[in-house]
Amino acid sequence: MEIYLDNSATTRAYPEVAELVTKLMLEDYGNPSALHQKGVDAEQYLRRARETMAKILKVQEKEIYFTSGGTESNNWALVGTALAMQRMGKHIITTQIEHPAVQAPVSFLEEMGFTVTRLGVSREGMIDLQELEEAITPETILVSVMFVNNEIGSVEPVAEIGERIKRKNPNTVFHVDAIQAFSKLPIYPKKMNIDLLSVSGHKFHGPKGTGMLYIREKTRIRPVILGGGQQNGMRSGTENVPGAAGMALAAEMVYGKLKESRAHMYRLREHLIHGLQAMENVTVHGADGEQAAPHIVNASFLGVRSEVLLHTLENEGIYVSAGSACSSHKRAGSPTLTAIGASKAEMESSVRFSFSENTTPEEIDTVLEVLNRVIPMLRRFTRK
Amino acid sequence: MFKAFLIKYAEIGIKGKNRHIFEEALCRQMRRALEQVDGEFSVTREMGRIYVRTEGAFDYDGAVEALKCVFGIAGICPVVILEDTGLEDLAASVVDYMKQVYGEQEKTFKVCARRAKKTYPLSSMELNCELGERILDACPNMKVDVHHPDVYLNVEIRQNIYLYSETIPGPGGMPVGTNGQAMLLLSGGIDSPVAGYMIAKRGVKIDAVYFHAPPYTSERAKQKVVDLAKLVARYSGPIRLHVVNFTDIQLYIYEKCPHEELTIIMRRYMMKLAEMFAKEDGCLGLITGESIGQVASQTMHSLAVTNEVCTMPVFRPLIGFDKQEIVDISEKIGTYETSVLPYEDCCTIFVAKHPVTKPNLNIIRRSETNLAEKIDEMMETAFRTAEVIEID
Repeated sequence: MEIYLDNSATTRAYPEVAELVTKLMLEDYGNPSALHQKGVDAEQYLRRARETMAKILKVQEKEIYFTSGGTESNNWALVGTALAMQRMGKHIITTQIEHPAVQAPVSFLEEMGFTVTRLGVSREGMIDLQELEEAITPETILVSVMFVNNEIGSVEPVAEIGERIKRKNPNTVFHVDAIQAFSKLPIYPKKMNIDLLSVSGHKFHGPKGTGMLYIREKTRIRPVILGGGQQNGMRSGTENVPGAAGMALAAEMVYGKLKESRAHMYRLREHLIHGLQAMENVTVHGADGEQAAPHIVNASFLGVRSEVLLHTLENEGIYVSAGSACSSHKRAGSPTLTAIGASKAEMESSVRFSFSENTTPEEIDTVLEVLNRVIPMLRRFTRK
Repeated sequence: MFKAFLIKYAEIGIKGKNRHIFEEALCRQMRRALEQVDGEFSVTREMGRIYVRTEGAFDYDGAVEALKCVFGIAGICPVVILEDTGLEDLAASVVDYMKQVYGEQEKTFKVCARRAKKTYPLSSMELNCELGERILDACPNMKVDVHHPDVYLNVEIRQNIYLYSETIPGPGGMPVGTNGQAMLLLSGGIDSPVAGYMIAKRGVKIDAVYFHAPPYTSERAKQKVVDLAKLVARYSGPIRLHVVNFTDIQLYIYEKCPHEELTIIMRRYMMKLAEMFAKEDGCLGLITGESIGQVASQTMHSLAVTNEVCTMPVFRPLIGFDKQEIVDISEKIGTYETSVLPYEDCCTIFVAKHPVTKPNLNIIRRSETNLAEKIDEMMETAFRTAEVIEID
């Protein structure tokens, strides 16, 4: 028996996606830039993939750029914007709970001379809109906020953020890291005043090594990968046709049943949280209701180290994720848990469960049953 | 240009009637090391010498690196082998050798001719003069210095003629397999792989035991130990690694004994288990990476209490080393980077904030009586269920 509850790390690809990818590697394998028929065929797939992504986001096809994944999309969005706009200002706003793929490029820009404001969050992981608005100055060229936090699943009020940014400084570019959000909620960049949006394919049953950056028309951004001038010179490198097509197919399938799978996962979430709250000394982190993503539950089992619980569950065929890699030598807590003000004890014992549409209520029952069995045993043995 | 290596060995040379045993072992280890290298190699013993010869193209750097891992080798000399076709040819070859190896570099040199074949028409002294003169004539960048030359050109007249001037230092020590076998307690740290290396260097074949504590230690921690064993095995030859599931014993001690004594009691049981495996494998001793005073469990008092359970000799090659000295060796032998990967090992997971540093044997023994009920059975189970990984 295998219960895979680490879908925020990565998902199993849809068989249909795997099939399409195989076909594009074995049959229609041409280079989309080639002049012959094989190239034209490949280009068709790419065009259709772009069409699909554009339709889901309700944006123009030319605003979709394929990348090698979420990390590249985030890097490009941040570094590319900073390069293009450095003469207009040197101020960047982001949050304390961003993924490292945002944190690291932001720190890089800070080293290069940009000023950075990192907004704090509430206990539920939500930023303060007032604080954000006050932080925006005429110097602010970029605001980068994640849509759904990857560790605790809080959903930031992106539409309102977009509105406030544009009201205060229409020149400020708004980047949204939607890597955990895309496929879990409807996203409309135009309506939400989003200029740049990062997406990663393997988080929703697409292939690894695939991603996308939405760039709203007329946004000032420079390419950071230079070369043969593919994708209008904005992102060079032979397009990953099987990957892009596979990701688009996965997106299409996922958005085709978004309502049902969202409802399904919210029920699972309720179910699991309900069970966890019945246990002693368990804290569930993050927000409630619509302010929480449907697929993520983060909980601390006080007195049990994350990694130990992870391996114990692994022995039972249950795969989860431990917030931070703990060892006796290095104990840097997760930035998100630190930002929401979790205690040291909570950080050391935090575990993330993340669902997919294929997760069943029975699996959640099993997980709860196992937790109730192993937690008391593990609590008997702790470092004193 | 080099098609052969002359291998110099250190201590083996002073062995008496059993010297051939050591030489054979050395040849065996060299052949094993060279198996991994691209090329055809033959290793032969000739008149008190060991040569590596090659046929056709081979990976020169790879061969040198491989030989640098073979204990017993004091030096590796790349050598040119010539047939004896008269003095004129020899002189031409010598000049050619100097030009190829040293090019335009300014060097002082000395020719050192030796004749094992006494029928050679010139005496050694005459050869030195003759060849030295030819080199001086042909290479304006070379000068003679018979006291402290930069280059010591050896010309050995045997059945064939051997030219060499460079000696690449080997690891020294004695060939593995000539000094019995011992069981290494391998954790995932910096010290134990170095300890294994040092004992293997004295010709000892190594087996190893690792204490795994799932779910408290991860599969990655175990993989790290396997990787470390592989790195040590480059020098020591094949290692049989016993992976013991130690969790139950550890938890039992945790429940039954005072917390500050946990580590010391645990180590006593680890030593006992290691000795059980050692006996099974035909080992004559245990090896640990302990160094006096490094941590609480390695104070003189703690070492004495730990040692008390062993009936075999325990070898602690790092006992007088400072941490930095150990780190230096681990960097040299290439285990450091793997050792510092941050996975928790079983010694640290339950470690007390203030463990005893001066344990009293009587008190520890009294604490251990709390374990009487189940410990023998648990030790037996741990022994029986251990996984064996053969590392080449």
